[in-house]
Amino acid sequence: MNPRLSRLYGVRGWTILAAFSLLVLVVLPLLHPQHVSTYWVTLLGKIMCYAIVAVAMDLIWGYAGILSLGHGLFFALGGYAFGMYLMRQIGSDGQYRQPMPDFMVFLDWKEFPWHWWNSDSFWWAATLVIVVPGLLAYVFGYFAFRSRVKGVYFSIITQALTFAAMLAFFRNAMGFGGNNGFTDFRRILDIPIATPQARMTLCAITAATLIGTLLLGRWLVTSKFGRVLAAIRDAEARVMFCGYDTMHYKLFVWTLSAILCGIAGALYVPQVGIINPSEMSPANSIEIAIWVAVGGRGTLAGAALGAGLVNGAKSFFTQVFPEYWLFFLGAIFIVVTLFLPQGVLGLIDRFKARS
Amino acid sequence: MTVVATHPTAIAGGGGVGGSHVATGDLDLTHGVVLYLEGISVSFDGFKALNDLTLSIDAGELRCVIGPNGAGKTTMMDVITGKTRPDAGRAFFGQTIDLSRLSEAQIAHAGIGRKFQKPTIFERHSVFENLELAMKADKRVRKTLFAKLSSSEKQSIDETLNLIRLQDSANRAAGLLSHGQKQWLEIGMLLMQQPRLLLLDEPVAGMSDEETERTAELFLSLAGKHSLVVVEHDMAFVEKIARKVTVLHEGGVLAEGDMNQVKNDPRVIEVYLGR
Repeated sequence: MNPRLSRLYGVRGWTILAAFSLLVLVVLPLLHPQHVSTYWVTLLGKIMCYAIVAVAMDLIWGYAGILSLGHGLFFALGGYAFGMYLMRQIGSDGQYRQPMPDFMVFLDWKEFPWHWWNSDSFWWAATLVIVVPGLLAYVFGYFAFRSRVKGVYFSIITQALTFAAMLAFFRNAMGFGGNNGFTDFRRILDIPIATPQARMTLCAITAATLIGTLLLGRWLVTSKFGRVLAAIRDAEARVMFCGYDTMHYKLFVWTLSAILCGIAGALYVPQVGIINPSEMSPANSIEIAIWVAVGGRGTLAGAALGAGLVNGAKSFFTQVFPEYWLFFLGAIFIVVTLFLPQGVLGLIDRFKARS
Repeated sequence: MTVVATHPTAIAGGGGVGGSHVATGDLDLTHGVVLYLEGISVSFDGFKALNDLTLSIDAGELRCVIGPNGAGKTTMMDVITGKTRPDAGRAFFGQTIDLSRLSEAQIAHAGIGRKFQKPTIFERHSVFENLELAMKADKRVRKTLFAKLSSSEKQSIDETLNLIRLQDSANRAAGLLSHGQKQWLEIGMLLMQQPRLLLLDEPVAGMSDEETERTAELFLSLAGKHSLVVVEHDMAFVEKIARKVTVLHEGGVLAEGDMNQVKNDPRVIEVYLGR
């Protein structure tokens, strides 16, 4: 097997994954809320949502060589799809004590717009979380890959896509709460979400999803499909002349990646308590690429690690030196690009090789 | 800009993940012709890379194509493999398969294998994996996701490894091979595809004399079962393997015949051999 593939996939990788699962799914619930506060549980849940996005990004960037600078869009769409349901779960407990969401009352709307159809159904919301990002990615990807848009051109178009969506979602007329978005959530499945138990449950579900995403990614990249993907990244013309229709390979992994982002967004919104169009800002999507680059492209586990490191640092910096965070983020990106082309995992490997 | 808009109409009906393998049917060789190009013209920004090129290759033939730089040799390969669409003319594989309607992947699937001028292999994959990926199989996404290497497939990879003498390097990254070994690996990948027609663009460039010798033997042994079109600058190599030679010049056929005929053709001497 390719030496770079042995990382998440060897005995050590399985041990780390098992230890992580045990820690988050068994030890943490025992310590919470007596010894670990709900603040940390929520922060961990949020970072794990980002880690799912990072793994999804690594599948297309690290393995298929397609750099998306619009993955924040799919994340936000998943968040909005689930946010609609969360808004309906508020019921008449909003500021205006009306059955309609507050922003609709404020806009003096008497009935729900068409796209809010069935939005009080959990399963409908869960379906939309998968179908909306997936369908958008499939249609966009179909035209982009069929026309053989590649490299930086593809990245720029994805960036424009998320920017355009952000501008659209800022408009009140879209029916998504304009620039305030959705907030003030109360319940999921009629269970209050502000309790420590509900927080812990959401955190554990997120952890399980992250582990599932890593396992799915592992299965994909170690299959023949994964070898074809990496071959597309390295020499696409050769893959085509071998008889593979590369468009369908790219489309498959691209759509899957978008769906994973949508699921992460749906898990993120109830934990963070807000979704608004700023999640679609181009800077957010660029940050996703930075997480993956920091952790180490083409390693899956590295992407999750990178999301953890950068967001851990972000939580620290924005509390202690809020004005310096963006400088620090820029510095990380420069340092990683210049000195750590393989990311943090590559650095660990280098130290090992030396000793 | 890397946006190529010349993309095939034939796959439009094959939407959905991996659903684009049109039924190309069996290769029909009833008239003994494996490849027929008729009146092919291609121009790039006014430059005529191919100008009314007509050429036919018989089944089982080993054809050498020579010609000075810019004669259109690589463009001809691009047209046959679907990379470039001709402005005019028709290209047929066997009696029935119209190449101008198929994508690169469909043409490869139909049975045309191509070796590039610069060895193009998957450098970060192992030698074994390179052959595995090239191997003739159902190459749609769904099948590839669940593909498992059967023992007969593994055996055929091992046989090819022996043939290209890379059995000791099977687990090495292909990027670590020498230039000549990369050429051999790419030839091995072509053979794994089990093509009916092999297009080989400068297959012995960068090979040692011994490797060139062995390549000549290999090609001669392949002819008959496969059809081969070899584009080569190395005249010694061409003389060694050539039965019939086609000389291209300015996008068309200048001369065709056995090596002696071609060598003594005054027009050929003027544009090519005499220099």
